[in-house]
Amino acid sequence: MPHVVISGTAARRFTGGASEFDVEADTVHRMIRELDRRFPGLGQQIDEGMAVAIDGEIYQDAYMEKLSPDSEVYLIPKIGGG
Amino acid sequence: MASSYDTLKVVGTRPIRPDGVDKVIGRAAFGADMVMPGMLWGKVKRSPHAHARIKSINADKALKLPGVKAVVTAADFPSIPSEEAFVGEGPMNFRDLSRNCMAQDKALYDGHAVAAVAATSSAIAEEALDLIEVEYEVLPHVIDVEAAMADDAPLLHDDLFTQGVEPKPTRPSNIAKKIGFNKGDIAAGFKEAEVVIERRYTTQPVHQGYIEPHACVVSVATDGQCTIFSSSQGQFMVRAYCAKLLGTDIANIRAIPSEIGGGFGGKTLVYLEPLALALSKKAGRPVKMVMNREEVFRGTGPTSGGVIEVKLGAKRDGHIVAAQLVLKYQAGAFPGSPVGPGCMCGFAMYDLPNVSITGYDVVSNRPKVAAYRAPGAPISSFGVESCLDELARELRIDPLKLRELNAAKDGTKTAHGPTFVNVGYVQTLEAAKNHPHMQQKLGPNQGRGIASGFWFNIGGESSAGCFINEDGTATIVEGCPDIGGSRAGMAMMAAEVLGIPYDRVRPVVGDTASVGFNFLTGGSRVTFATGMAVTQAAEKVVVELKRRAAMIWDISPDAVEWKDGMAVPAGANAGNFDPLSLADIALKAGRTGGPISAEVSINAQGAGPGFATHICDVEVDPETGRVKILRYTAVQDVGRAIHPAYVEGQIQGGVAQGIGWALNEEYIYDRNGRLDNPGFLDYRIPVASDMPMLETVMVEVPNPRHPFGAKGVGEVPIVPPMAAVANAIADAVGTRMRDLPMSPPKLRAALDEQNPPRMAAE
Repeated sequence: MPHVVISGTAARRFTGGASEFDVEADTVHRMIRELDRRFPGLGQQIDEGMAVAIDGEIYQDAYMEKLSPDSEVYLIPKIGGG
Repeated sequence: MASSYDTLKVVGTRPIRPDGVDKVIGRAAFGADMVMPGMLWGKVKRSPHAHARIKSINADKALKLPGVKAVVTAADFPSIPSEEAFVGEGPMNFRDLSRNCMAQDKALYDGHAVAAVAATSSAIAEEALDLIEVEYEVLPHVIDVEAAMADDAPLLHDDLFTQGVEPKPTRPSNIAKKIGFNKGDIAAGFKEAEVVIERRYTTQPVHQGYIEPHACVVSVATDGQCTIFSSSQGQFMVRAYCAKLLGTDIANIRAIPSEIGGGFGGKTLVYLEPLALALSKKAGRPVKMVMNREEVFRGTGPTSGGVIEVKLGAKRDGHIVAAQLVLKYQAGAFPGSPVGPGCMCGFAMYDLPNVSITGYDVVSNRPKVAAYRAPGAPISSFGVESCLDELARELRIDPLKLRELNAAKDGTKTAHGPTFVNVGYVQTLEAAKNHPHMQQKLGPNQGRGIASGFWFNIGGESSAGCFINEDGTATIVEGCPDIGGSRAGMAMMAAEVLGIPYDRVRPVVGDTASVGFNFLTGGSRVTFATGMAVTQAAEKVVVELKRRAAMIWDISPDAVEWKDGMAVPAGANAGNFDPLSLADIALKAGRTGGPISAEVSINAQGAGPGFATHICDVEVDPETGRVKILRYTAVQDVGRAIHPAYVEGQIQGGVAQGIGWALNEEYIYDRNGRLDNPGFLDYRIPVASDMPMLETVMVEVPNPRHPFGAKGVGEVPIVPPMAAVANAIADAVGTRMRDLPMSPPKLRAALDEQNPPRMAAE
């Protein structure tokens, strides 16, 4: 199942410091829902403040992006720009 | 997707931009050019104090001045709870945004708006400002970032507690947030290192320096319907922020974008629009507001200044085995510096086994920072790329070779987590190494510096429409203000898909009632994301054109091909018909089903990061400390250039701004925390005579997620210049400048310290 890593320390307050999880999910949305079920509040944090890097490619606000069983997923701070 | 358009006729050429003539002859309508019938003029009263409690505001005298129609203060805006959301260009707290537009309880920086007035003329409004009586209790202030972090620093906010530290603090602080990124084992890495260097660098806040000041004209009708005509990087951003700050529905606001005279990130926020709306609502008439340059400097956001502490550990052969970075970024009066991307970008160019990055977001009594090209990245990169140069000298390895040894490539796991795919950093190093610039001989007091940079680039939400006109021309409507020539790019991509000449496509930036939602112009996203929406809309139109041709020929749509702007039978079995041009089909649109058009809304993903490597030659005048840029070459991975001239323009613009950041630009505050240089005479941005021709080299590593291979190009060019210039100065005179700006007095002082001048008596 996809391996999810919270990059950086900012969101770890929701997880008691833990940063790596195996999550049974085949889409970004299902991954977020599962993480929020385990760590209430983390889902909103991901929705509003984080981007999702799936196998190196960065997605923002992309619920329907697919995850494969061997996907490497990083949750990183959302990116803006100037 | 890129393979669909392997043979390009329009993309990659250099046609004239559709807005070019208007801008050259002065006919383009910028923010200050709009007028409305019965319009009033609005002006802002600003705090003269860096930090002060507002005890009272009395507008009675101002309201009695003939011609004054309304005065607003914070009391005229809804109270907004602290609510964080990621809108615009980063995390945004709407309560802070509201308080930044209009001070509530406390003025937090010199120039902070405390009241606004609308009157029948600009002069009367100006006069009325002096009649608004504000009683302040002046408080101690703090400007410097490290002073603001001290335990005994004056506190800006009683309810600000540092996020990201455990246990949760019980005392408020000016440190809004602490963040960190770690990879590997940093202690083991430094233990393994054969050479370790540790350096401290600083940068100053710098303004985006857009030529057009903020300006708007607004009208609030008696039924609450609002119209906003303003200069911004996103009319949908203006609409959303104003709706939130005024407490009205988004549907009640129509935001119309003007032409924009530069933004560079600084127009991703609202300052005047909410005040003008409140004044218009109160006065019952349209209101126009235009900042002057002093207001732009005192009242709008520059980017952060910062402290960058870098520690690098390497093997003698040049392989870096440990890298540590501590960043302290000024956020201005409210939390929200770009320290997050600063953390992630600093080491992103390198494949490093052990990394530790810590960032602090710190408030102080300065204007709240705003985005500026690749927000956060130039600051951390100045430190990292300077330190890398110092390491190269320590190791006696060529600086470019050191970068090659440690370069990130496909498969490199970054310090912030993701593994790179489809990146072109190595290609930029290769192109730089082979450029004739590297062979040019240098003279006395001349030196050469190398530096690299990284920026993420983004995609995001974009909508576009492609409308076929009766004569076979096409209109493209999209919703991203055109700052760097994006309209030309949109027209080119549509022309490529439709198979018609560029000048048969007219692109328009629509208002919020004319096109679906578009995220703002920023993050180097427009050509990538909105270009993708335009391309898809044009592709849908082609499908419809084929269907109409099939109807005319009475054959199956599958038997029709679109080739060079014409419908043709797919093969001999399809029948023998003369080709139908787009104009032929458009002429019969009414008879074949009605107007031909398509609208597409997407959330574009897969922007692909940008990498750049710059070469800078300088000459230092040892008598004055003046630095002359002799030659500058910027190499950048651009994906595929849709309009190469405008890509080159983006690169040159970013470099020019970076050189100003490096050499001259800084905010100077007096002892009372008042800005001493709020104008271009005293805040020196580069002018044409400061610059050589900035050479550009476009490395094209196409982005497979974009139909034509485009990547964002507008931000990464500002990342390397500060270090490139500093490294060149060190090469020229052996003096390492670690504090920006490297202005003549500072460089002269550093040279004197290195070689003390002989006194007359000696």
